[in-house]
Amino acid sequence: MTSIAEREQHPVHHGPPRPPGGLRRLLYPGFLRAAWMAPLFFGIGCGIVVLCRWWGGWHPIWFGEIIVLVGALTAAPIGFLAGIGAFDYWVRYAIGSPTQPEDHSGHGAYSWKDYFRVNTDHKVIGMQYLATTILFFLAGGLLAMLVRAELAKPGMQFFDNQTYNGLFSVHASLMIFLFVIPAFAGLANFVVPLMLGAPDMAFPRLNALSFWLLPIAGIMMLSSFAAPGGAFAAGWTGYAPLSVHQPMGTIFFNMGVQWAGASSIMTALNFLVTIITMRAPGMTFWRMPLLVWANFTTSLLVVIATPFIAGSQFFVMFDKVMHTHFFDVAGGGYPLGYQHIFWFYSHPAVYIMMLPGFGIASEVISVFSRKPIFGYRLMALSLMAILVLGFSVWAHHMFVSGMAPWLRVPMMITTLMIAVPTGIKVFSWLATIWEGKINFSTPMLWAVGFVSMFVIGGLSGVYLGAVPIDIHTSDTYFIVAHIHYVLFGGSLFTIFAGIYYWFPKMTGRQYNEKLGKLHFWLTFVGFNLTFFPMHLIGTQGMPRRVSDYAPQFATWNLFISVASFSLGASTIVFLYNMITSMRRGAPAESNPWRALTLEWQVTSPPPIFNFDEIPQVVGNPYEYGVPGARHAILSGDRAATEAEVRSH
Amino acid sequence: MRRGSIVQLIVIGVLAGAVASAVALIPNWLPTSASREAGRIDFVFWFVTWICIFVFSIVAAVTIYSVWKFRSKPDDDSDGPPIHGHTGLEIVWTAIPTLLVTAIAIVSAIVLAKNDAAGANPLRVNVYAQQFFWSYDYPGYGNKTSSILRLPVDRSVVLTMHAKDVLHSFWVPEFRQKQDLVPGLHPTLHITPNKVGTYPVICTELCGLGHALMRSRVIVMKPNAFEQWATKKGK
Repeated sequence: MTSIAEREQHPVHHGPPRPPGGLRRLLYPGFLRAAWMAPLFFGIGCGIVVLCRWWGGWHPIWFGEIIVLVGALTAAPIGFLAGIGAFDYWVRYAIGSPTQPEDHSGHGAYSWKDYFRVNTDHKVIGMQYLATTILFFLAGGLLAMLVRAELAKPGMQFFDNQTYNGLFSVHASLMIFLFVIPAFAGLANFVVPLMLGAPDMAFPRLNALSFWLLPIAGIMMLSSFAAPGGAFAAGWTGYAPLSVHQPMGTIFFNMGVQWAGASSIMTALNFLVTIITMRAPGMTFWRMPLLVWANFTTSLLVVIATPFIAGSQFFVMFDKVMHTHFFDVAGGGYPLGYQHIFWFYSHPAVYIMMLPGFGIASEVISVFSRKPIFGYRLMALSLMAILVLGFSVWAHHMFVSGMAPWLRVPMMITTLMIAVPTGIKVFSWLATIWEGKINFSTPMLWAVGFVSMFVIGGLSGVYLGAVPIDIHTSDTYFIVAHIHYVLFGGSLFTIFAGIYYWFPKMTGRQYNEKLGKLHFWLTFVGFNLTFFPMHLIGTQGMPRRVSDYAPQFATWNLFISVASFSLGASTIVFLYNMITSMRRGAPAESNPWRALTLEWQVTSPPPIFNFDEIPQVVGNPYEYGVPGARHAILSGDRAATEAEVRSH
Repeated sequence: MRRGSIVQLIVIGVLAGAVASAVALIPNWLPTSASREAGRIDFVFWFVTWICIFVFSIVAAVTIYSVWKFRSKPDDDSDGPPIHGHTGLEIVWTAIPTLLVTAIAIVSAIVLAKNDAAGANPLRVNVYAQQFFWSYDYPGYGNKTSSILRLPVDRSVVLTMHAKDVLHSFWVPEFRQKQDLVPGLHPTLHITPNKVGTYPVICTELCGLGHALMRSRVIVMKPNAFEQWATKKGK
C-alpha cells in the first residue's frame, strides 16, 4: 500500500473505470466475461479428458463422472474466476504486460454493483463474505427444517433414505464450510485491518480471490442434489469406504471442500501477514485486541490443519474415480487412515469455528460491561494453549473406531486438559462482567447467551472426553446435542453478537434494538428447546443419522421438531431487521458503544482507506474506567470533534 | 463484598444446583443396565454428572447474580472499576479444573482397563456386519450361526468384529458397550451380561441406505437354556 501522504499526491480513482461499450465489453472483467469463459474452460476440461482417454484407449471415451469432475467441478470454476477478473493482475504480470501495483480502481464501493465484482477493499470483501455466508446459512437451515420434518414421526414421511442422508450431509457441510468458518473470516476481514490501524489487508487481490472461491464451493455442494444418484450422503465426515461407494454426489463434496479449503488457507495467510506486518506504530502484540489475537491463532490452525482435509478428500476421490486403494482393504488400503487424516483437520476445525467467537465475545463483553477484560494476557495465552493442545486430541473422535486401544487414554488426557484453558476464558469473561456497568444491548445479550450456552456445550464435552461415557454416547443424539451447543450456542451466537456489534460500523446505520432483542430471545428459547432434549434421547439409545427410530422416542422427536421450526422462524426476525435497518435505520455515530478499539475511532462506515492519518497506539485496548487512558491517538480525533459539534 | 451479597450468591448457586440435579435425576437418562461393564460406565457417568453440576452451579450463580445486580441505569455513562486481573483467582480457576479433569481421567482410565479385561473362560462369538444386517457365529459350538445374538447370563463374552463391506458399529444401549466394525480389522469387545432379557442391537455408524433399519436383537438367557440352544443342531 502507498503511504497516506503519497496517496494524497495521487488521488485515487473514484470507482472502477467505466466498462467499454459494444463487443469489447465481452473482454471486460465481470459476469459477462465469466458467462463465456466458464463454458470455454468447461470445454477445455472435456477436451483434455476425451484426449487422454482416447490416447490411453480407455472406454468409454466420453465418461460422465470424469467429465463432471474435470470439466464442471475443476475447469469451469477456474474459467469463472478468470472471467470475473480474479486473475487479471497476476496474468498481466506473468506475461510481462504493464501493471500498476498501486492501482486502486478495484477498491471501495460506490454503488451496489461494486459488491458484485472483484473488489480489493477489505470492507467490501467483508460484506461480500457476510452476505454470501448468510445465504448459505439460510439454505443449510432449510435443509435442517426438512430433516426435522422427516423426524417428526417414526417411520418414513417425506423422503427416501438416500435423500434423507443427503439432507443432513449437505446441511452440516454448508453450515461448517460455507457458514461458520467463512462468516468469521468475513467479520474479521472487515474488522481486523481497522483494529490494527492498517489501510487494508496485506494482500488485497488475494483477499478478493479467497472470497470468490466461496460461492463456487457452496453452489457445488448444493448442486449435488441435482447429480445422478442424489446428493452426497455419507455425512459431512464422509467416512471411507462408504463415501467411495456412493453415487456421483460424493465428488461434489470432495471438490467443494477443496474450493472452500483453498479459500480458508488464502485468507488465513493474509491475516497472518497482515497481523504480523501491518500493525500501526505502537501496536505491540500485547496491545492487540483479543479479536485480533483470536484470528491470529485461528489462522495458524487453518494454515497447519486444512491441507489434511484436502488430502483426505483427494484420496477418497482417487479411490472412486481412479480406482486407487487408499481405503480399500482388498487392495491393501486402510479405512481407519481416512479417519485419522480427516480428524487431524476436523478437530482443529472445531477451534477454527470457536476461537474467532471467543475474540468477539471478549470485545463485546468488555465494552458493554465498561470494564477492562479480566486477565488479558492469560486470555491471549489460553488461545495459544488451545491452539497447541487442539492438535493433540483428534483421536477422541475415534474411541470406538477400532484404532490402537492404547491411544485412547493419552487422547482422553489431552482432551480433558483443553477444558482448563477453555475454563480460564469462561471464568475471565464472568470476572469481566462482575461489578461492571452492564448495558444489555443486543450484542451483549448474544455474548452472555454465548457464555452460558457454551458452558453447557463444554460440560457435555467433558462427558464425551471420558472414554467409558464416550463408548456409550458415541454416534448418538448426545453428540448431535453437544455439537449444536458448541457450534450453534457457541459459534452462531457469537457471529450474531459480532454482526449486531459492528452493524453500525459496517453500514453507517443502527439496527432496530427491539427486533434485535426479540431475535435473541426467540433464538435462545427455541435453541434450548430443540437441542437440550437431544442429550436425553441420545443417552437413552437413539443413534444419530437415522431417518427412522424406535417408537419410544416419538414424543421427544415431535417436541424437538416443533421447537426447531420456531427456532427456524426466529431467523425471519433477523433478516427483516438487517434488511430494513440497512435501508432505513437511524444514521449511526462513529462510536455508538463508546469503545476504545481503533475501528470505532473512524467514521461509520469508515473512509475508503480507513484512516486519514496513521494512528499512534499508546496503550491497551480495554482501559475502561482508567482515568485518562487512551488506546490510540489520532490528531484529528473524529470522535472528539463530532462530540464537540453535537454539544454546540 | 457485603455479607448479604455473598448469601444471595450462595442461594442462587444452591437453586441452580437443585434445578440441575432435578434435570439429572427426574428423567431416566440411561436405559436398564444389563452388563457388568454397564455398571462401571454408569459410575463414571454419575461421577462426571456431579462434577458438572458443581461447576454449573458456580457459573450459573455468578452469571445470574451479575445479570441481576450489575445492570447500568439508562442514564449512567460511567465505567466500572478498572480491575485488570487477580493472580490468585487466576491460579485457583486454573488449578481446580485441572484437579477435576485429572480425577475424571483417572476414574475413566481405571474403568476402561477393567472393562477391557475379559474374565476367565470367556465365550467367543464372531459378529458379522454387512449392509444391512447382523449375523453371529459361535466358534466354541461348531461355528453355529444365528441372526440373533444369544448370550448366557453372568459369563464373560468376547465379541470379535468382522465387517464385510463398509464401516458399521455394534451397540447395545443396555450393555453401554460399542465397537465399530472395520473392513480388514478385527477389534474385540468384552461384555459380561448380568440381566436376563432381550435388548436391541443397533448399528450406529452410517452405513448407507438401510442404516436406520440395521437392527438385530440380543437375548440374554439362563446358562442351561443357552447350552441347550447352542448344542442343538441348526438354527
